[in-house]
Amino acid sequence: MMSATGANKFGFAINRSRMIDYDSSDRKVREYITSREPSFRLCFACGGCTATCTAGQHTSFNLRRMNTYIRRGEIEPLREEVTRCMLCGKCLLVCPRGVNTRNVVAVAAEAIRKLERNEL
Amino acid sequence: MKTVPKHVLVAGGGVAGMEAAGALAEMGYRVTLVEKGDDPGGHLLQWHALFPDRRPADEVRSYLRKRAGHHNINIITRTTVEKVRHHPGGVRVTLSGGTEEEADAVIVATGFDLFDAHRKEEYGYGIYDNVITSVDLEAMFNRGRLEKADGTVPSRIGLIHCVGSRDEKVNNNHCSKVCCVTAVKQAIEVRQMLPSCEVFCFYMDMRMYGPYYEELYRESQEVHNVNFIRGKVSEASVNINNRLVIKVEDTLAGRPLKMELDIMVLMVGMEMAESGAKLAEASGFRQGINSFLESGDHHYGNNLSGIKGVFYAGTCTAPMNITDTISHARAAVAETVRYLKA
Repeated sequence: MMSATGANKFGFAINRSRMIDYDSSDRKVREYITSREPSFRLCFACGGCTATCTAGQHTSFNLRRMNTYIRRGEIEPLREEVTRCMLCGKCLLVCPRGVNTRNVVAVAAEAIRKLERNEL
Repeated sequence: MKTVPKHVLVAGGGVAGMEAAGALAEMGYRVTLVEKGDDPGGHLLQWHALFPDRRPADEVRSYLRKRAGHHNINIITRTTVEKVRHHPGGVRVTLSGGTEEEADAVIVATGFDLFDAHRKEEYGYGIYDNVITSVDLEAMFNRGRLEKADGTVPSRIGLIHCVGSRDEKVNNNHCSKVCCVTAVKQAIEVRQMLPSCEVFCFYMDMRMYGPYYEELYRESQEVHNVNFIRGKVSEASVNINNRLVIKVEDTLAGRPLKMELDIMVLMVGMEMAESGAKLAEASGFRQGINSFLESGDHHYGNNLSGIKGVFYAGTCTAPMNITDTISHARAAVAETVRYLKA
């Protein structure tokens, strides 16, 4: 019997859907962050934070995109992202919506840790 | 039977005040128009051409001058209205210098102040020579010369939307409504004046709310090759070549972007006028969370002050374009006349 791994050897693979499946997404992280840092909800995606971000000049870190991922329940890209922020807080000085951006990252990192320990 | 015409005092000689005064005068009322500057005309005096059709601002200025030139109107300049209060016989008005006036009704048309771009220090207005405001650019159009501070011709200009609007950092959460379409208009004018100059608009949302605004936006892309980048500029600096460098996230590409500019234009927004705020405080007018005057009802009473005989017209209540300001002033006149005839 041919296993799934066997099929792989013949060049067949199942491509994971790129679609954001909103209905089966994990919203626990979003709820955790929103309850601990309610200003998170105020982001209107202007990108001011990312424009001024030092980490973002050299890594893929992008706080605006991270916020969107969290809102959509897309947790996978988050695991790496949260480790890149240096918590310098320049984004705080820029944000026109008064989001406590630095705390959003800190709380997101906390949420990921808890998620991994099944504590969320 | 002949009666003495009733007297209405209009506080503020901008677009709303001139229109209201003109409409009342035409109906036979005696009007006193009080203007704080040297001449009536308001912010429109600084404008070269108007959106969305880029007609000369002078056409609307001429219309308003004619309107306010009616023989029933007495214009008092270099004077502000300090306080109004209703009493059984009418409305008593205190003018700067302490003069008192009696009126049967008052229309408040104190308008807006432009956001002072110095307050967004990270954009460098007043620090870097080639950072200007949308009003400064209009002055260049008036002079017919668009050049850098050193007299050379710019090859790239950036227009920064939402300066002083939608920004908690300067205590203005409201949208000034007209800056998006002003940017598109000015971008087109730059492209027409200097066809080899690249133009970039940096926006958060394009709010093309009025008739023909969306069409103007489309025209700017289709005919004039204006570029649009979605992102809020975080800061500007000057590099070794003495060119401005801005930092922004190109949010649609999802990556930070830097760009050199020869001229950076700050699209300054509208705030409650300081003189209007003082008048509000002295007279007991309510101000909303955006600091503009709060009317009796947002939907069907937005000319009503809540004080008998006192009505609001124009941008003292909210940011507005000229069309809406004139309509709002006419509505204020209708409310005033209804009150006076009751």
